[in-house]
Amino acid sequence: MATSKEEFEARLQEFVGLEIGAPEVGADLVNEPMIRHWCEVMEDRNPVYTDPAAAKDSVHGGIVAPPTMLQTWILDGFDMATPEKQPMNKQRELHAVFNEQGYTGVVATNCDQSYDRYLTPGEQVSGTTVIETISEEKATAIGIGYFIETRTTFRNQDGEQVGWMVFRVLKFKPSAQPAAAPAGDDGAPAAPVRLRAPRTHDNGWWWNKIDEGELHIQKCGECGVLRHPPRPMCGECRSIEWTSIISTGKGVINSYVIMHHPPIPGYGFPIACALIDLEEGTRIISNVVGCDLDEVHIGMKVSLSIENVDDEMKLPLFKPAQ
Amino acid sequence: MSHNTLDFQSVDIGDSLPDLPIDLTVSLIVGGALVSRDFTQVHHSKKAAQDAGMQDVFMNILTTNGLVGRYVTDWAGSDARITAVSIKLGTPNLPGDTMTMTGAVKAKDDAAGTVEVEVTGKNAWGDHVTGTVTVALPMGA
Repeated sequence: MATSKEEFEARLQEFVGLEIGAPEVGADLVNEPMIRHWCEVMEDRNPVYTDPAAAKDSVHGGIVAPPTMLQTWILDGFDMATPEKQPMNKQRELHAVFNEQGYTGVVATNCDQSYDRYLTPGEQVSGTTVIETISEEKATAIGIGYFIETRTTFRNQDGEQVGWMVFRVLKFKPSAQPAAAPAGDDGAPAAPVRLRAPRTHDNGWWWNKIDEGELHIQKCGECGVLRHPPRPMCGECRSIEWTSIISTGKGVINSYVIMHHPPIPGYGFPIACALIDLEEGTRIISNVVGCDLDEVHIGMKVSLSIENVDDEMKLPLFKPAQ
Repeated sequence: MSHNTLDFQSVDIGDSLPDLPIDLTVSLIVGGALVSRDFTQVHHSKKAAQDAGMQDVFMNILTTNGLVGRYVTDWAGSDARITAVSIKLGTPNLPGDTMTMTGAVKAKDDAAGTVEVEVTGKNAWGDHVTGTVTVALPMGA
């Protein structure tokens, strides 16, 4: 059914300010076994959570729950594994409105928690959640969508506020399904690696020579002028005949940057990216390695070192000349 | 009173917390989800996680919060009281990776006796978590 964007957004705004349903009441009182299980897994050795004597001597005067367990006390537990078992509430209705329009993805982006005080064993926690804001439509790296903020106020059995949480999710239209990175043989996810250079009809031969351990420079078959990066036609005489020579790999840094951002996975930032004048006369851009980054400078003499940067990829890197 | 806790006066803006590398095992990810009562399938079923476009089970937010809180009280001591945790989530924590926590004191509030610690948890894919923990420290003698 076609719905205009205005109608859709008006429908969304009807949810703003609503409580999602009745308060969610913890099935278990705050208790020492659940606290201990949490601390085991987090490897949290703070004795105020598990050691009665140390806790008595502390600022708390007795055992307390880790404050970051706040939401744990009201979660549904095993029923969460079966979404159909979850009762309908305003939050799920809102998500259904998004799903109908193709905003099927959901990802949590922010979580702010504030603790009025630490909880103690025997307290019963309940949470009241309000849909606080829905943003305008935003373009994000994972697709267009809307940010939804909910605020949960936590109280104990006497109605005393013990903390609050603002939770922000992006409800989005998945653009392209991101390809899951391949898992390694042992089932562990592969570590991120550098982006692969596309090998085309025009430059594939050059990368193949790098794989063989040689840095080639393309040479015009008619006028003999050198060129880099590889391309089909001579910029001087327009000949499409070409050969190549092997570079000595000796060069001088013409210019460089120390790159910090964006921290693309697989690169180990910061890295030195340099424009290098090779002694044959062409230039190449690559990384300078084998020295401290603050030693890199314009005019520095460097020499080629073709190295594996991961299991598969070889790159022509440059090191300080000996 | 405990003697293992930093007092407010002894902490300066710019002080660094020791780095803490955390091995991201399946046991930690699944265990963290279950002790936080979060049985959402993507945190314990690899198939459900893969159906959601991830390569494996991934850490839930409560575990991230728990590790962030632990990291700060490991440093500050047992009489430090966390009053707020504000985090932004980035790359997922997946099995086989390591998350390294780093932190530094960003601000001090003399009136409240609290310090703000900026915390980052970085894994191989980038920043899993960045945020601020506000912690109340005892006043020194």
